[in-house]
Amino acid sequence: MRIPPLLGHVAAFIAAALLLANAQAADSVPAPSAERARELIHIVRQDCGSCHGLKLAGGLGPALTPDVLADKPAESLVATVVSGRPGTPMPPFLGIVTEAEAEWIVAQLLQGFPADAGLPPAR
Amino acid sequence: MNTSTPPRLAPPLLWALVMPLMVWLLSACSTQPAIQQAAAELRGTGDLGVIIERADGRVQIVDSSARSVLATVEGLGDLSHASVVFSRDARYAYVFGRDGGLTKVDLLKAEIAARVIQAGNAIGGSISHDGKLVVVQNYDPGGIKAFDAETLELLAEVATVTEDGTRSKVVGLADLSGNRFIYSLFEAGEIWISDFSNPRQPRTERFLGGKQPYDALVSGNGRYYIAGLFGEDGLAMMDLWHQEEGSRKILSGYGKGEAPLPVYKMPHLRGWSLAGGRAYLPAIGRHEVLIVDTDSWQEVGRVAVKSQPVFVMARPDGREIWVNFAFPDNGWVQVIDTERMEVSHTLQPGRGILHMEFLSKGNEVWLSARDDNKVWVYDTASKQPITSLDSASPSGIFFTTRAGRSGF
Repeated sequence: MRIPPLLGHVAAFIAAALLLANAQAADSVPAPSAERARELIHIVRQDCGSCHGLKLAGGLGPALTPDVLADKPAESLVATVVSGRPGTPMPPFLGIVTEAEAEWIVAQLLQGFPADAGLPPAR
Repeated sequence: MNTSTPPRLAPPLLWALVMPLMVWLLSACSTQPAIQQAAAELRGTGDLGVIIERADGRVQIVDSSARSVLATVEGLGDLSHASVVFSRDARYAYVFGRDGGLTKVDLLKAEIAARVIQAGNAIGGSISHDGKLVVVQNYDPGGIKAFDAETLELLAEVATVTEDGTRSKVVGLADLSGNRFIYSLFEAGEIWISDFSNPRQPRTERFLGGKQPYDALVSGNGRYYIAGLFGEDGLAMMDLWHQEEGSRKILSGYGKGEAPLPVYKMPHLRGWSLAGGRAYLPAIGRHEVLIVDTDSWQEVGRVAVKSQPVFVMARPDGREIWVNFAFPDNGWVQVIDTERMEVSHTLQPGRGILHMEFLSKGNEVWLSARDDNKVWVYDTASKQPITSLDSASPSGIFFTTRAGRSGF
């Protein structure tokens, strides 16, 4: 039995659309540009790292590894990044990162945070 | 009639000839040629230093006279926030890693002499006045641990658990006379002094401190201990010549009720803050350096600076104070003139200036530029760079001249 060519194309198109939608649902937070992502990863590893550790295994601040964060709702983690935690040394980062970037950072933390590639060389 | 058979050597004799040759050949091709050769040339260690390559678990051994890297030593674990103290003879560096690793590095052989993982999460350490004990301060599980400086054998532990069961992170550890160590408890807000004159059975005294101490210093003469407080406007100060009086607050209310600015990195305190009868201290949540008289302990001035100060370090002659800043202003360095009590120079040495270390006489300062992968050497008189060294994500710079100073 031969599948008519048009039907084949439609089926392939639907399959592709479904795959894409699925991928977006799994990773629903919009990603920043590659350049900004590299910067954000560097900030989290190095500068958040001054309290949370380069490996995010904790220090003055708590560990930010996926196993530790697993039972914490993402919204409250985003709120902590954006607004800080009064009464603790955790400062608000709004202004340094946007709320959307904070959401992206939290999504990465929950999955296991990427390695730092450093900043691009200075001009 | 002579037979022409050559004489045969008995095996033991043959080995006696061959073995020394093999040993000589093998030793000639061992690793670390540069520094071993240097050691063979009987060099001193007084001008050596250690630079932390924080992201790679590696340290560089540097020659501050030649301004060059002599060797690197790998395998030191997680070196975020690593710090170093030196043995009394300045031959060995004790490197304290974030992952609880304590590594003793032989500066002349450029190799690890001993290494232990002593806790889950550590923040630094100190060495006793007699050089026999290395004490580490821990975040997790808290407390301090004392090790034999020779072998790194664990001798004793003091758990910082208070009456309500709270385990406190330990900050601001410093060495005092008589093999005593002083430190602060972040959660409990107390200052403790542990006496290790019997190293396996330390005795500990407790004092009130202040809310959320983040780091502390002891003056070079061992008399004053000052703990910076995150949780209140002020610092806790103890006169150790009058320990019975406990601690008192200095610079109370320096923020005068103003809403604090965000602190993106905690300042670091060491004896370098004291010069000419004054202490130069970073404010918390204010972009200021606070100046206090060390007789009256009253504020005598404050200097507005670029951002949240992290290191506020007196040049060893006390004529200037060099200040670096928290993220996102960590590309700046400012110099304060101590006579005029104002900023005299504003510099941009590089990206991510994490640490500064003066040569002991103050003629040069070395600055780590983390995000440029460089260490800059500056002439402190001209404020101009002399040269730079390549270093991967450098943080702390530690010269062996610290070996002779209390509180370092």
